[in-house]
Amino acid sequence: MVPISYYLALSAVLFGLGVLGFVFKRNIITIFMAIELMLNAVNLAFVAFSRALGQLQGQVFVFFVIVVAAAEAAVGLGIVILIARNRQSLNVERVNLLKL
Amino acid sequence: MNGLFAQYPILLVSLVKIAVLLFILLTALAYIVWFERKVAAHIQSRVGPYRVGPHGLLQPAADGLKFLMKEDMTPAGADRFVYSLAPILAMTLALTTIAMIPFGPATITIFGQPTQLVVANVNVGLLVIFAITAISVYGVALAGWSSNNKYSLLGGLRSSAQMVSYELSLTMSVVGVLLLAGTFNLSEIIQAQSGFSWHFLPHWNLFNPTLPQVLGFFCYFMAAIAETNRLPFDLAEAESELVAGYHTEYSSFRFAMFFMAEYAAMITVACLATILFFGGWLSPFPLGPLSYWTRYLPTALFAAGGIALVLHGLRYRTALGRVTLPVVGLALCALGAACARPGIIDVIQGPFWFLAKVFVILFVYVWVRWTLPRFRYDQLMGIGWKLLLPLTLFNVVITSFAVVARK
Amino acid sequence: MTQLALFLVLAAIAVAAAVSLILQRHPIHSALSLVVVMVALAGLYLLLDAEFVAAVQIIVYAGAIMVLFVFVIMLLNAGTEERTNLSRAAHYAGIPLAALLLVGLAYTVTRAATPIVAQPTPKDATRQLSMLLFRDLAFPFELTSVLILIAMVGALVLAKRDE
Repeated sequence: MVPISYYLALSAVLFGLGVLGFVFKRNIITIFMAIELMLNAVNLAFVAFSRALGQLQGQVFVFFVIVVAAAEAAVGLGIVILIARNRQSLNVERVNLLKL
Repeated sequence: MNGLFAQYPILLVSLVKIAVLLFILLTALAYIVWFERKVAAHIQSRVGPYRVGPHGLLQPAADGLKFLMKEDMTPAGADRFVYSLAPILAMTLALTTIAMIPFGPATITIFGQPTQLVVANVNVGLLVIFAITAISVYGVALAGWSSNNKYSLLGGLRSSAQMVSYELSLTMSVVGVLLLAGTFNLSEIIQAQSGFSWHFLPHWNLFNPTLPQVLGFFCYFMAAIAETNRLPFDLAEAESELVAGYHTEYSSFRFAMFFMAEYAAMITVACLATILFFGGWLSPFPLGPLSYWTRYLPTALFAAGGIALVLHGLRYRTALGRVTLPVVGLALCALGAACARPGIIDVIQGPFWFLAKVFVILFVYVWVRWTLPRFRYDQLMGIGWKLLLPLTLFNVVITSFAVVARK
Repeated sequence: MTQLALFLVLAAIAVAAAVSLILQRHPIHSALSLVVVMVALAGLYLLLDAEFVAAVQIIVYAGAIMVLFVFVIMLLNAGTEERTNLSRAAHYAGIPLAALLLVGLAYTVTRAATPIVAQPTPKDATRQLSMLLFRDLAFPFELTSVLILIAMVGALVLAKRDE
């Protein structure tokens, strides 16, 4: 039987790696993927707690997180396509003007 | 290793089942190609493979040898890792879905361990099959992109967009069956279809007494043909349109892997259709005192086929045919005799009916391919989103009403 | 015992793929690493007896959202990232500090979690989950469907070319 703290430690490590990816990468799409990694880490924590406490609310919340991640990915990638069309580059350092 | 197997005997049993299933599956894949070419030929009033071995039966071996001997090239500027990964991904995922399919109800004993006729009887088996189908979209998309060729990229994007769109209709068309059966477990879905109404009409989901799932089967079959990129939905890989679509730049064994993946997906979809709509391994004949003779149908079929093959083979054109065909015929007769023995006859009923139904569905698949013209891409996507998805949602609504009204 | 071995293997795969997501230069390779992370997490959900969530994770997250990412990367023709000239200090101090951050996060989280005894899982978890989702939490469920509709319309409007 694996103690729940192992799952929480793994979730924390994945979340930290997501933060690192968010801070250090320069391609917009890769930054977006680091955000998805953070959401996945949080999902793992939810499911681990749902198992530990014997309630199913944790798994229901994971559904909602997945749905929100899907909606956010769709709209976010639409914005990324617009930025790429306007600045001809996917580098966040080039999107530094308030005027497009 | 022996200690590990002694402690977990299920590992050894699973390994044996996986080995047998893989062997049967790979042989079946090779001979489905032969079957398709023969059926296509007869639809088009010609003969098909005829010279390589008697009746072209060694054609798959010749094709396999050809695929192994061709030069294996990687296009210049292709992303090497993704280029090698795509066919591997496609083939392994297509072969993995067969692990969840139950072939019969009987319990056989391997190495002293009683076990079911399924490799992995997962409680959410249907969902796992759909999950693996969802991931196999990557094989197509990555193959198209990594070939560094604009026709491949276009073909790959179109194919994967088509697969993702029809996946929705595929999953929703099955919800009617799930409402009637109440479980995701494939063996239990088959069990829920046992029984006969009016003593002769089986309770298969196609003739279900609550609500016959005809609309569900129609939507499922169309979505399945589109999902496996077969005619009439194969614009993304048709020769006159996009060279060969996403597998243009692949040669020799990598192309063979895509080829095998397509036919393996076809077999999986046909097996699922049998399980969900046609009662899986259930016999269409009720086991009353009048129809007890139907238990000997496998024996009769094998024996008749064997005798016909022997008689035909003795007068065949080539010397090789005059030797091998009667031998195969005698082997079929022996198989038929073995099926009549009291130990085996109970075990063979399930897989026999299952494979017979899968064979009929595969024949319809091939028949549809060589009869209908193909759809244009915008017509194809319009059908997926504007026709099939509303139909499947409608099916879910009326099935729920029927289930509630039944209670 | 097998559970611990399976957990360690899946956790190692997940962490390795997450590190690969950060270190790869081409966004397609990062996307593939993220898919590996999601599949490893689905395996971990199976270990935690959450089979329906595992299946949904693969069908929706790895099978649809990541396919969307891969499509956008292919359509925008995203190439490899350029090399910037980071300062030496950032390069040599960054990695140990990053490792310190991760270890600190993991330590804090595990220390704060009170020891909880895992309850046995119910046999028909999917049925109870669906009761929860469609009966007690039906209103948030319908709200999420409206959210998806809004996102669909928004994405269509954003990605259209003005002509």
